Amino acid sequence: MAVAGSAVGLGNFLRFPGLAAQYGGGAFMIAYAISFLIIGLPIGWAEWAMGRYAGSRGYNSAPGAFAAILNKRWAKYIGIIGVIVPVMIYMYYVFIESWCLGYAVKFWTGSVDLKTTEQTVAMFKSMSGQMADGSALAFSWDTALPWLMVVFVFNFWLIYRGLSGGIEKMCNYGMPMLIVLALVVLARVMTLGAPDAAKPHDNVVNGLGYMWNPSKVQIERTKPAPGEVKVVEELVGAAAITAAEQKVAASGGALKLVTITPWKQLLNPLLWMAAAAQIFFSLSVGFGVIIVYASYLKKTDDVVLSGLTASSANEFCEVALGGLITVPAAVAFLGLASVAGQGTFGLGFTVLPLVFAKMPLGAFFGGAFFFMLFLAAITSSISMLQPGIAFLEEAMNVGRKVSVTILGLLTALGTGFVVFFTKELKALDTLDFWVGTFLIFILATIQIIIFGWHWGIERGLREAHQGAAIRIPRFFGVIMKWICPVFLLAIFGMTVLTSLFGFDLSTRTFGAASSYVVDLIGGAKDGKAVETNLAAQLSVVLVIIVAIFFGLLSSRAKAYQRAELGLNKHD
Amino acid sequence: MTTSGLIVMLLSVGTVTLLFGWCIYKVLTTPNETEKVHGVEFHTPDMDEEG
Repeated sequence: MAVAGSAVGLGNFLRFPGLAAQYGGGAFMIAYAISFLIIGLPIGWAEWAMGRYAGSRGYNSAPGAFAAILNKRWAKYIGIIGVIVPVMIYMYYVFIESWCLGYAVKFWTGSVDLKTTEQTVAMFKSMSGQMADGSALAFSWDTALPWLMVVFVFNFWLIYRGLSGGIEKMCNYGMPMLIVLALVVLARVMTLGAPDAAKPHDNVVNGLGYMWNPSKVQIERTKPAPGEVKVVEELVGAAAITAAEQKVAASGGALKLVTITPWKQLLNPLLWMAAAAQIFFSLSVGFGVIIVYASYLKKTDDVVLSGLTASSANEFCEVALGGLITVPAAVAFLGLASVAGQGTFGLGFTVLPLVFAKMPLGAFFGGAFFFMLFLAAITSSISMLQPGIAFLEEAMNVGRKVSVTILGLLTALGTGFVVFFTKELKALDTLDFWVGTFLIFILATIQIIIFGWHWGIERGLREAHQGAAIRIPRFFGVIMKWICPVFLLAIFGMTVLTSLFGFDLSTRTFGAASSYVVDLIGGAKDGKAVETNLAAQLSVVLVIIVAIFFGLLSSRAKAYQRAELGLNKHD
Repeated sequence: MTTSGLIVMLLSVGTVTLLFGWCIYKVLTTPNETEKVHGVEFHTPDMDEEG
């Protein structure tokens, strides 16, 4: 239960549904399932094996592990990505964690009286401070600041005092409760029908269709004018499609009904990158976390079944619970048109309160659900701190308390930055893309190349199989050596081509770059010039500053110099 | 919801549920396996070094 509990987090119930909705549901699920099999599981096993090997040599941080495995001077600098990712994700993850605590307390104290979507959207905007930069810093019952202070201090108090027993017990009881509560919520969502009788198309069955149908049907403008959006409306359900056919027929050729096959949707490399990154995010693969925790394991511990159990617990919560609750409920309450525009993490906070409002004892269940999410998030955020702590201990040769103090100051500054730039949650979304998607992707690719090509499959599997009750099937050797790196490099190359240079794969022409790139360097969208965004630019500057700081520390670390020479840390 | 959507949903949910169930079964029925399977441990060895 501890393994399952530590694996489950906000990614399962909040990030996954938000991404699935953003990338159109069904096709995203196909990319997601393929990513789980050919990158999530193999890279997870590789990370467990490499981490345990590095730990046996005395190295517990990602730069130390990379230096010990590669014995090269530059290796520690690549390993820094394994510190940047968890530390910087912590900076915004703890902000979202505070929303969970705030929602739980507000439900339990009866101060949530939600009847309409507008009310839940207003509550979420107030809590997250989306109206304007700096608005989340107001100290009020309705904003995140008081909850954030509690959560931030609580995280570091647990870490500083080393109160591991308490959090483990909380996790052991909290996780089964979270799963039971999620099943109760799922039962309610499945029986919602169409909450608004005036909008019969907005119902749960259509929500399930939006989430799982591989093909999409939409009305498009035949010849969109400059600045006009091509897609008019997305459709799910036979009745909606019949009505759309009549609308198109009456438009005199201005509109057309288009069916987009999954194969066409799967040509979007950003969809693949998002699916792969979600697998990495929720399994903590390519995150710099597993490699650190695996370094504390013994040769007799079972890393193969550990990896598989943690992954399967995660996937169960994500696909069977998260995937069936949030998006169908969002379609039922918000309608198809509004589902994709709620932001990666926002969908759950906007939609789930509406579900609780329609349940008997909704205030109790709402409070309990968000509190359990808060517990799940605490275990994840604490796990994100350990890579930074282990790195500072090794790089600066200091004890745990000094390391925790430095990391506390660094993450407080970073979290303060994220909490200030909350307009449209720009800092959070930018960091989630460039760190929580892009950097994770790079680190995972490097790890599987080291495992498959530097170690080789024979040695890699031998390391993994020590103490294991089950063996990794042989065909995973081919996946780890060939399919996984080629797959990751191909997606990476195509993403750079389409996002950075705006290359359109279907028309083979160059057009607008992705909004994440436009925010940084400016550009155009739908024929209109778009200016750069200061919050997004500063977010990337923050990542660079942290990278330089960690790089300087690594360059002077004696422990890593020993690793480069092939020596154990404590010889 | 289309038939292909229903198939994708049932396959996805069924597969992850079976996999999770099998892992729990394997951990609980293999001798001493509960001692050998680990996730993120909240007590790390560096906590003991400073006392």
